[in-house]
Amino acid sequence: MPLITYRDALNQALREEMQRDPKVFLMGEEVGVYQGAYKVSRGLLQEFGDRRVIDTPITEEGFTGVGVGAAMVGLRPVIEMMTWNFSMLAMDQIINSAAKMLYMSGGQFRIPIVLRGPGGAAHQLAAQHSQSLESWFAHVPGLKVVAPSTPYDAKGLLKAAIRDDDPVIFCEGETLYGSKGEVPDGDYVVPIGVADVKREGTDVTIVAWSKMVSVAVKAADTLAAEGISCEIIDPRTLRPLDEAPIIASVQKTNRCVVVEEGWEYSGIGAQLAYLIHRDAFSDLDAPVTRVTGADVPMPYAKNLEHLATPSAARVVEAVKQVLYID
Amino acid sequence: MDRPATLSKEAHVELLRKMLLGRRFEERCAEMYALQKIGGFCHLAIGQEAVSVGAMSTLEPDDYIFCSYRDHVHAIVKGSDPGRVMAELFGRDTGLSHGKGGSMHLFDADHGILGGHAIVGAHIPLATGVAFAAKYESRPQVVLCFFGEAAVNIGAFHESLNMAALWKLPCVYIVENNRYGMGTSIERASAIYDVAQRACAYDMASETVDGMDVLAVRESVGRAVTLARRESKPTLIEARCYRFMGHSMSDPVHGHYRTKEEVEEQKLKDPVRGYFQQLSSQGIIDQAGLEQLNAEVRTIVDAAVEFADASPEPPASALYEDVYSEPYGPYTRSQP
Repeated sequence: MPLITYRDALNQALREEMQRDPKVFLMGEEVGVYQGAYKVSRGLLQEFGDRRVIDTPITEEGFTGVGVGAAMVGLRPVIEMMTWNFSMLAMDQIINSAAKMLYMSGGQFRIPIVLRGPGGAAHQLAAQHSQSLESWFAHVPGLKVVAPSTPYDAKGLLKAAIRDDDPVIFCEGETLYGSKGEVPDGDYVVPIGVADVKREGTDVTIVAWSKMVSVAVKAADTLAAEGISCEIIDPRTLRPLDEAPIIASVQKTNRCVVVEEGWEYSGIGAQLAYLIHRDAFSDLDAPVTRVTGADVPMPYAKNLEHLATPSAARVVEAVKQVLYID
Repeated sequence: MDRPATLSKEAHVELLRKMLLGRRFEERCAEMYALQKIGGFCHLAIGQEAVSVGAMSTLEPDDYIFCSYRDHVHAIVKGSDPGRVMAELFGRDTGLSHGKGGSMHLFDADHGILGGHAIVGAHIPLATGVAFAAKYESRPQVVLCFFGEAAVNIGAFHESLNMAALWKLPCVYIVENNRYGMGTSIERASAIYDVAQRACAYDMASETVDGMDVLAVRESVGRAVTLARRESKPTLIEARCYRFMGHSMSDPVHGHYRTKEEVEEQKLKDPVRGYFQQLSSQGIIDQAGLEQLNAEVRTIVDAAVEFADASPEPPASALYEDVYSEPYGPYTRSQP
């Protein structure tokens, strides 16, 4: 299988879906002439022309609303947020228009839109450009939220998202774009709402998604050298959440650590901890433990940024804590 | 479209009939709200009928409209069954949105009614997107987007008109300038009094029209619709009108922000009576004809209320329907 980057996997998904369905178009800031702020849309303008690859003014609420309107009458827009940090300007359109239209129209208007772009911290981008906002979107009924960790999942899930009839929030990892993985040429789909066991293990369950999967893998490697076996589960989709494999894993390992790049307060990990307590309380040998971003706006200084971001060392520490190892 | 000068007698009477239907429907809504048959917020368009009726008289059946939360008359005039509109206001299963939208969210896919939106101005980008889709698929459709004058101060208005002009989209933006955003007059909210002037920021065609004159609205919007359909260009139209009722049913007709005298003075320009008098002076309709029309629309409104009142509430099973396109929730304990 070809080894390609996460960026190119997304690019393949966009290209193949645009070839497959003339109703799919890509719209956003710098997606065309500039070839994408992160080059995810490289070559698409040349292949599909400016009717289907549309550069917008800097106008997030406006072009998100344009996408939702186009979706109301049957098009399948892919709207690029240059980064999810900018999506807050479009929050009204995402929540009040995209997420609710089907319901408040009594089933008359589906919104088959994909809103995609990078999120999370990169390198010293400071407070306004380093946020993981997936928990905000996962809070809202009507939205689906996807956060792939590998090139394979990125391509398959983006294709599934574009074919989905509901609004999909597609969170890419800003620092994952250059990561490589095996990706088949041609068509395949990773279904929305299906988790993946990234590594099998017996002593503790680690739930992680997007960039945090690689942090969990690094921690699991360190722990393996000490004879501790970690099972890593990547939900891949945060809403609707594939609960059963997480519960089954915790019933096997009796311990769980959730690794989340975003803030702890009201995060996805809080929901996961609740689900585990609800469905596997009697199986737990330790409280569910969370490793999250620090509860602060992201600082600029390199050392402080490092302290604010989940690391393999902190995951190792948390795993030892649930195993009661000093 | 026929020029107003060439409108047939029947076409004139039809415009008057639609305005009367809107007026009688809204009056009945006020009664039903007082009887608590209608809940939530309820915004009536009494006094503003000439704008929606005149504007939509220029459309083809497959054209689209978007409106604000003051949307009952728009929906009926565009073609929705008044019974299903009233049933929606009653929160019944036979309503346009099966009782899930209510007064502020009227949608009717069969008649190109794309909502009823209740965040001021947030539907302006949506309408722009539907116009984008029409152009993308080379369909000769036009979108009318109705909103109040207070909506021109939100960012989405500016963002949308900029894109519509930049990309040449077939959207007609119609400002229903009733002078007050809730209780704040345009003079206290907008740096520019002439709303239509804002179009010059986007190099967009614009017109200001007397929104109490149905034929003037029809003529103005007709030009814009033609420009949109033939040349795929947007227009901003400011229709100056007035609402005779409060902002919503919970707001008195006059009080802190406008005087009784002002409302009474405006009522002298009642668009329905004014149009009747105009047609009457031309010998197109007489008092007996008006009474006959009134009886006709009252029958429709009576039937709408009867239909709504006899309709069932949505079943409890509807609660989790249409959250997503596929079956969904409620969440149950997962099966290990």
